[in-house]
Amino acid sequence: MKKLRVIAGALAATLPALALAGYDVNIPAPKTPISTQIYGLHMEILWVCLAIFVVVFGVMFYSLFAHRKSKGAVAANFHENHMVEVIWTLIPFVILAVIAFPATRTVLSMKDASNPDMTIKVTAYQWKWQYDYLNDGVKIYATLSTPREQIGSPEEHGKVSNEHYLLETDNNVVVPVGKKIRLLITANDVIHGWYVPQLGVNQYGIPGFIKDTWFQANEPGIFRGQCSQICGKEHGYMPIVVEAKSPEDYAAWVKEQKAKQAEAAQPADKVSLADTAAR
Amino acid sequence: MEASHDAHAHDDHHHAPSGIGRYFTTTNHKDIGSMYMWFSLIMFFVGGFMALVIRAELFQPGIQIVNPDVFNQLTTIHALVMIFGAVMPAFVGYANWQIPLMVGASDMAFARVNNWSFWLMPPAAALLVGSFLVPGGAAGSGWTLYPPLSIQGGISVDMTILAVHIMGASSIMGSINIITTILNMRAPGMTLMRMPMFVWTWLITAYLLIAVMPVLAGAVTMLLTDRHFGTHFFNAAGGGDPTMFMHIFWFFGHPEVYIMILPAFGIISHIIPTFARKPLFGYASMVYATASIALLSFIVWGHHMFTVGMPAAGNLFFMYATMLIAVPTGVKVFNWIATLWKGSITFETPMLFAIGFVSLFTIGGFSGLVLAVTPVDITLHNTYYVVAHFHYVLFSGAIFSIMGGAYYWLPKWTGHMYDETLGKVHFWLTAISFNITFFPQHFLGLAGMPRRIPDYAPQFTEFNQISSIGAFLLGFSQLLFLYVVIKCIRGGVKAEAKAWEGAEGLEWTVPSPAPYHTFETPPAFH
Repeated sequence: MKKLRVIAGALAATLPALALAGYDVNIPAPKTPISTQIYGLHMEILWVCLAIFVVVFGVMFYSLFAHRKSKGAVAANFHENHMVEVIWTLIPFVILAVIAFPATRTVLSMKDASNPDMTIKVTAYQWKWQYDYLNDGVKIYATLSTPREQIGSPEEHGKVSNEHYLLETDNNVVVPVGKKIRLLITANDVIHGWYVPQLGVNQYGIPGFIKDTWFQANEPGIFRGQCSQICGKEHGYMPIVVEAKSPEDYAAWVKEQKAKQAEAAQPADKVSLADTAAR
Repeated sequence: MEASHDAHAHDDHHHAPSGIGRYFTTTNHKDIGSMYMWFSLIMFFVGGFMALVIRAELFQPGIQIVNPDVFNQLTTIHALVMIFGAVMPAFVGYANWQIPLMVGASDMAFARVNNWSFWLMPPAAALLVGSFLVPGGAAGSGWTLYPPLSIQGGISVDMTILAVHIMGASSIMGSINIITTILNMRAPGMTLMRMPMFVWTWLITAYLLIAVMPVLAGAVTMLLTDRHFGTHFFNAAGGGDPTMFMHIFWFFGHPEVYIMILPAFGIISHIIPTFARKPLFGYASMVYATASIALLSFIVWGHHMFTVGMPAAGNLFFMYATMLIAVPTGVKVFNWIATLWKGSITFETPMLFAIGFVSLFTIGGFSGLVLAVTPVDITLHNTYYVVAHFHYVLFSGAIFSIMGGAYYWLPKWTGHMYDETLGKVHFWLTAISFNITFFPQHFLGLAGMPRRIPDYAPQFTEFNQISSIGAFLLGFSQLLFLYVVIKCIRGGVKAEAKAWEGAEGLEWTVPSPAPYHTFETPPAFH
C-alpha cells in the first residue's frame, strides 16, 4: 500500500512536469478552417467522454467501495428495471446526436473541394512525393533531406541533433496563404497517405485513381507531416513539408522555380544544337 | 436415457491412447479445450516477443536493433499472431471447455471435427511464424495485407495467405460445432433465453465467424491469383481497384473485432455476478445488446476507410452507423455496473480483471467514439492513437477477460485453487504496466506520430520511452501468469465443486476437477 502511494505520488508529480516541458499531448495547433473545426470537435467529444467517464465510473467505484462484503454488505436480488434500461438506452442517442450534428457540417465542408484558387497534383512514389502545380506550371520532387548518417546507431553517430530529424525535405511544397488549394492525390506504385495534421488533411494516394481534398492555410508558416499509410521499407522516411507564404512571396517562389526549370532544360538544348552545328 | 446404455458408452472411452498419442487423437472437449488454450498461451508469448522487439527499436529515434524491413515484418506478424493465434484460439478453448459444461451436454456435437479444427492451427502458426525464415523475410505489408504493397512481397505473403486460409477453415468448423452444440444439446428446460450469457455471446460470435471468414478467404484468394495467375482484381492498370480489397477486407475485419470481444463480454457477465453475489442485471437486454452489436458490425466497415476518399454520403453513413454501436455497448457497461450496485462485493483475482476490463475497455470505447467521428478520424487515422485505441479494446478488453476467465475457471479445470496472492500481484502488474505502455500512445497519435514507422522525429521520444518501459514490464509480468497456472495445475488447495460462493451454473454442479466425462445423462436444469 505504501509503495502504491509512492508510485502514485511519483506519477502525480511527473504529469504536470511533462505538461510544463511542452510535450505535445494534443492535436497540434490547427492552421486551416477545417483543422480548426477538427480540433474543436475533438475537444468537444473529449469533454463529453470525460463527463460520462466521471459519472459512470463514479457510480461504479462508489458501489465497489460502499457495497463491499468486507463492510458487511448484503447482496440485493434485483435483476431488471425496464424504466432504467429504457432511459439509459435513450440518453446515449441524444449525446450522439449532439456530437453528430457539428461533425456532419465539417464532413460536408471537408469534402467540398469545388471552386479552388489553385490545384496541385500530388503523386506518391516509393519513397518520395511529386508535386505538379497545375495552374503555375511548376513541378517539384520532395524527398527526405535528413542526412543518412544521422539515422542509425546513436553510439556511432551521436545523438540525433537535428531539430527536424525525419521531418524535412529537399523541396518544400510552397503555397500561398489564404487561398483554397485543391489537391489531386494519386500514387504510382502502392498506396500512400498524404498527412499533414495542422492542415487537417489525411488522404490516401491510390494507384490508378485520383482523389481530391483541399486546405486553406490561415497564416504563413511551415507545416510538417509524413506518409500515413505503410508503403514498404522506407515508409517512415517520406515526410511532407508545406510552406505557406504570402501571395507575393509565393509568386516570387514560382518565378524562381520556373527559372530553375528553364536552366535545367537548357543544357540539353545547347548540347544538341552544338552537335548539329559541328556536323 | 437408460443407465445401462450410458455405462457401456462410458467404458468405450477408456481405450483411448495414453501419453502424447492421446492428444493427437482425442475427441474430448476438455482435452481439446486445454490444447487450444496452451496453443493460445504459446502464441501470446511469441507475439509478445515480437512486440518487445518493436518497442525496443522504438525506445529512441534512429535505427538500432532491426532494419526497417524487419520492423515492418514484426508489426505485421505480431498482429496476425495475436489475432489469429492468441485471442481467437483462447476463446475457442473457452467454448470447448465451458459450453458443454454450461449447457449440460456430454461433449461437443462433432467431436472429430473438433479435433481437426484444433490440429489445423499448429501448421498455420508454423507457416506464419516460419515465414520469417524464407528469402526476403515475412510479409511486411501490415496485417491488413493491402495490395499493391502485398503484391510486391515474396513467398512469405503466400505462406501468410495459406495460413489465413487454414485458420479460417478451422474457425468455420469450430463455429459450426459450437452452433450445433448450443442449439441441439442443451439440458432439458434450458430455453434460449435461459442460457448462460457466455453461451449466448458465443452463439452470436459463431454466426459472425461463419458469415465473415469466407469473405476473408475470398479476399486473400483474389490476392493470391493477382500475385501469381495474372488476374487484376486489385490492379487499376488491368481494370481492378485497390480500394475494393479494403472494402472486402474490412467487411470481414470489423465483425472480426466483435468476434474477439463478444465472448469476452460473456466471460465478464459471469465473473461480475459471481463476486457481487447478485444475478446479472438486465439479462434480456444483454442478449439484445449483443445481437445488436453483431448486426451493426456488418454496416460499419467504412470507418476504417475515411481517408480513402469515399463520397460525403458514404463518410456520413459510416460515421452514424459506427456511433450507433456506442448505444448497445453502453447498455452492457451500465448493466455490469447495475449488477455491482448493492451487491456483496469481494475482490478475488477474476473480479479484479473484470473490473479492470470494464474500466479500461470503456476507455477504448471512448477513443473508438472519437475515431468514429469522420473529421477527427482524418487527423488520427493510422496514427498511434489508433494503436492505443485497439490495444485498450483488445488487451484490456479481450485479454483481460481471457485472464480473468482463466483464474475464474482454473479451480474447475485443475481441481486446485490458484495462488490468490500471486494472482493479485499479476493483475496489478498487468493493469499498471498496460496503462504505462498504451496510455502515452494516445498523446503520440494526437501529436501526429504515424503507426508502423521504425524511426521517428525527436519530439515523440519521451512518450515512446515511457511506452517501451511499460511494454517490457507488461511482457515480463505475463511470465508470472504462466507460473501461477503451472503451480495451480501441479497442486494447491483442493477446490470444491462450487469453487466460488456466488457462482451459478451447471459447471459448478460437477466435481472439481471436472471429470473426463460429464453430463452423460442430461442434468436437471431449473
